Amino acid sequence: MLSRTADNLYWLSRYVERADFVARILDAAHRLAALPSSYGGGETNEWESALASAGDPELFKPHYSVVNADTVCDFLAFSPHNPSSIRSCIEAARENARSVRTALTTEMWDAINGAWLELRSYAGRDLNRDEFGRFLDWVKTVSLTFDGSAFRTMLRNDSFWFTRLGTAIERADNTARILDVKYQILLPQDEKIGGSLDYFQWTTILREVSALTAYHWVYRESVKPLLVADLLILNKQMPRSFANCYGVIVEYLDLIADAYGRRGPSQRFAGNLLAKLESEDIDRIFSTGLHEFVEAFIAENNRVGEAIAKQYLVG
Amino acid sequence: MKSMAAAAFDEMTGMGGIADPATLRDAYGRLKAWLDSTPPEHFNTRRSQAELLFRRIGITFAVYGDTESTERLIPFDIIPRVITRPEWDFLERGLKQRVTALNMFLKDVYGAQECIKAGIIPADLVYKNAHYRMEMRNFRVPHDLYVHIAGIDIVRTGEKDFFVLEDNARIPSGVSYMLENREVMLRLFPDLFSKHRVAPVENYPDALLATLRSLAPTSATRDPTVVLLTPGRYNSAFYEHSFLADKLGVELVEASDLFTKDDVVYMRTTEGPRRVDVIYRRLDDDFLDPLVFRPDSVLGVPGIMNAYERGSVTLANAVGTGISDDKAVYSYMPDIVRFFTGEEPILHNVPTYRCREKEAFAYVMDNLSELVVKEVNGSGGYGMLVGPHASKREIDDFAKKLRHAPDGFIAQPTLSLSTCPTFVASGVAPRHVDLRPFVLCGADQIRIVPGGLTRVALKEGSLVVNSSQGGGTKDTWVLDA
Amino acid sequence: MRIRVVHETSYTYEQPARGLIQILRLTPRDHDGQYIRRWRIDTSVDGRLTAREDGFGNVVHWFTPDEPADALVIRVTGEADTDDTHGVVRGAVERLPDPFYLRDTDFCGTSPELHALAQSAATGAADPLTMLHRLMDTVHRTVRFEAGPATAAVPAAKALAAGCGNPQDIAHVFIAAARHLGIPARYVAGYRARDDGEAEVEAPHGWAEALVPNLGWVAFDAVHDVSPSEQYIRLAMGLDYLGAAPIRGSRTGGGTETLDVKLRVEQGRAAVQC
Repeated sequence: MLSRTADNLYWLSRYVERADFVARILDAAHRLAALPSSYGGGETNEWESALASAGDPELFKPHYSVVNADTVCDFLAFSPHNPSSIRSCIEAARENARSVRTALTTEMWDAINGAWLELRSYAGRDLNRDEFGRFLDWVKTVSLTFDGSAFRTMLRNDSFWFTRLGTAIERADNTARILDVKYQILLPQDEKIGGSLDYFQWTTILREVSALTAYHWVYRESVKPLLVADLLILNKQMPRSFANCYGVIVEYLDLIADAYGRRGPSQRFAGNLLAKLESEDIDRIFSTGLHEFVEAFIAENNRVGEAIAKQYLVG
Repeated sequence: MKSMAAAAFDEMTGMGGIADPATLRDAYGRLKAWLDSTPPEHFNTRRSQAELLFRRIGITFAVYGDTESTERLIPFDIIPRVITRPEWDFLERGLKQRVTALNMFLKDVYGAQECIKAGIIPADLVYKNAHYRMEMRNFRVPHDLYVHIAGIDIVRTGEKDFFVLEDNARIPSGVSYMLENREVMLRLFPDLFSKHRVAPVENYPDALLATLRSLAPTSATRDPTVVLLTPGRYNSAFYEHSFLADKLGVELVEASDLFTKDDVVYMRTTEGPRRVDVIYRRLDDDFLDPLVFRPDSVLGVPGIMNAYERGSVTLANAVGTGISDDKAVYSYMPDIVRFFTGEEPILHNVPTYRCREKEAFAYVMDNLSELVVKEVNGSGGYGMLVGPHASKREIDDFAKKLRHAPDGFIAQPTLSLSTCPTFVASGVAPRHVDLRPFVLCGADQIRIVPGGLTRVALKEGSLVVNSSQGGGTKDTWVLDA
Repeated sequence: MRIRVVHETSYTYEQPARGLIQILRLTPRDHDGQYIRRWRIDTSVDGRLTAREDGFGNVVHWFTPDEPADALVIRVTGEADTDDTHGVVRGAVERLPDPFYLRDTDFCGTSPELHALAQSAATGAADPLTMLHRLMDTVHRTVRFEAGPATAAVPAAKALAAGCGNPQDIAHVFIAAARHLGIPARYVAGYRARDDGEAEVEAPHGWAEALVPNLGWVAFDAVHDVSPSEQYIRLAMGLDYLGAAPIRGSRTGGGTETLDVKLRVEQGRAAVQC
């Protein structure tokens, strides 16, 4: 397969995944911001952390004077100045899809091209809270439709594998970004501040990655920060956890290596990272520093992404 | 101007126009019956269905919803154009002869130059032509073939009168319409096909691939790697490029996907560099290699000409074939055919006045209102004067251009192109058509899929069939009796 | 005259440049009045250097470094003996038929002003040679040579309208006008030793050659308003500057490129001693 084709497929699914992630962050921020402050709600903090998780505050500053619901929603959902805004993601995804039109199935193309066409009915006009909520739901549907069409219609060859790799790398990064921004509320010292206050924060984190129900199924306990971290980092059953993403990444990198008869740095890096995750234990992570662990993971994940690019996508 | 249509040969009814059903030509018998028995609303319905189908078939490739997609929505006429088997056999022989002569001519002008020495064609016409590439001199292209894919434009003026209007030996386009038009017709009118024995065109991609593979350099493996090189998504023919790459099952590459190393062309793949043997390039010579041609080209592959000259890769078509697209060179084609094949030309040229010749120029200037004047290097119906349809002012303006640079023009009598029944707003009416068959010239054989692209001038009386000037297309049926 | 040339072209790239290819028309050939005693091209990085002949008959080297490079120096050192032939070029390698050199190019295209310039030089000239000398004179007076930092060549019509240009531009005006008159003309790139004997030269030079019946190709340097003498070394020829360009290159990546040219064209006895 042409390196350019693989590159387009990989980024196509990364952008779709990112759009979904940003929509979830915005959804959760709305929910938290609506809580009374006695329950941990609070406008400013919530929007600042949404901005930090899903965007680059440095890109935000030149275009907005305050951080609030309106500005952050605009920046994260529609701003052309934000390469990770939902709009930019959908546009970039479609640009990539167009370039590899013939490598996609009709269903995948329809999913992404349809989303791009429909985006116009949302972008560029004032949406009220209701409409904005529907917009966010729609974005999540787009990623479901796209993923579903890829899963149901693509040949299981390198095209599919690079698509899945893009999703998994992006997903791992997204989960890590949430933890990077919110790690302090998971730490033990924060627990003292007041259980009920943070409870909603924890459940919101779970909600952001649609894992609240999963949490209860897995742990059969009330929500506890240590277990929230365990679920998102080490639990292999949880589709957005580091461990699960790396399981997927290693699996597809191995399939590619077997098909091409050649292994390289990306297989090595990803394999090492997975082995490390498998041998970790959440207590140890907390004792050595959750924040440091997450930051190191983000760097490692980037390194795997770069290795994949160098080995396959640039040519 | 309506006299034009009336005087023209109608392919369904013969001379005299559509008004005279008594002279119905045999080939159109069943079609005529169908046209007569079908209510006009039915055509309308079918036409909207055709539109829909184009979008749906095209959906695999077309990027509808884009402003750029307007390009591919060239009007499609649902009434097929019919060519009988004996007519086609004649055309096929003529096309093979012509393309064979073109290849021999190109080999000669880049090699021994016998035709120049023998005075068949004036030296300066060749050497001063920007499409004559001196980089191509004195090296042998694989299999001595230059034109591998040719689109020869043919017009008809009578029962037995076919003329070549233009040779397209650079990068002829339009074959995707030939294939899609047939596909749509098959879906819309299955009944019609069961009543007619229409020669298939669906094997064109196979024929093209076989042709391209046959052209692989000797250094290639038994399974040569063929790619289609496109200028990219912003090219107006990109749709056709991706369509063909898909049908051929070859990679659609852009310049950035290719690189050269030690005079070999490689493509960047996920499995590492892969050697490329044959490049079906849909990119003009000028942009092919920034180190040799236009230095500002970002669409080209640096070093590709060197690899080509070293014989490690085949370019289809060869570099420098544009010389034979030149309309002044065209005017010498009958002599070129005689000189190289030793045969009389089967297909005739339209009589052509070369404005570079004094006497011809004087005649042209005196008769501008009767003639069609064309730029020798023009295409797409631009830079052209259709005398009988032009205003006095247009003629005067053109005369100025002509006087300034007579070398740049040729003139031809206004041909009354044949007409075919066409579904237009007022119902079924005759409209002028031409035909572009696609000739594939491989190292093993010449392949021509029976039929081609019929272009139709949708405006009443118009003789300009180019899609950029309001032309449409039709399915072309070669009928076995 | 003995002329010694040391020509260093240095490229520096912000980041290592990949896929670097340089095409060098930096090797002169022998002809009457020009004998190459020794000539070599060295590069500062390892790579593949292959020589071939282009369509015009120029010697062309293709250089491709083995590894991505962040700097590249191409160093030409050579020595030639030259005689004054009053601009007449005989015994050179000729690969193309004469009419080829009548062809318009992007740089040497037509314009009404060029047409007028050509006509004014041609009017009243007894023979083609006189005509061409008058043309050279006219071009010399009409398009002023502008020394200074190297600028990119422009089409002849544009240079004529501007009334000034670099040596390429001036040669292009001469060539385009000569072709107007039906005289085959071409561009020549080369070295020129200075009149004042100084060795430091800003850049390679460019001039024109035109075909004179019964005499053959004759060189015209409209910058200096002379037919080249023994001070000139012919490197390469083309329809215009582009075809004869001493160096053409391409690369991917590497960021901004910095170019530095050092050229010494030394003449006379001093050269004989080494």
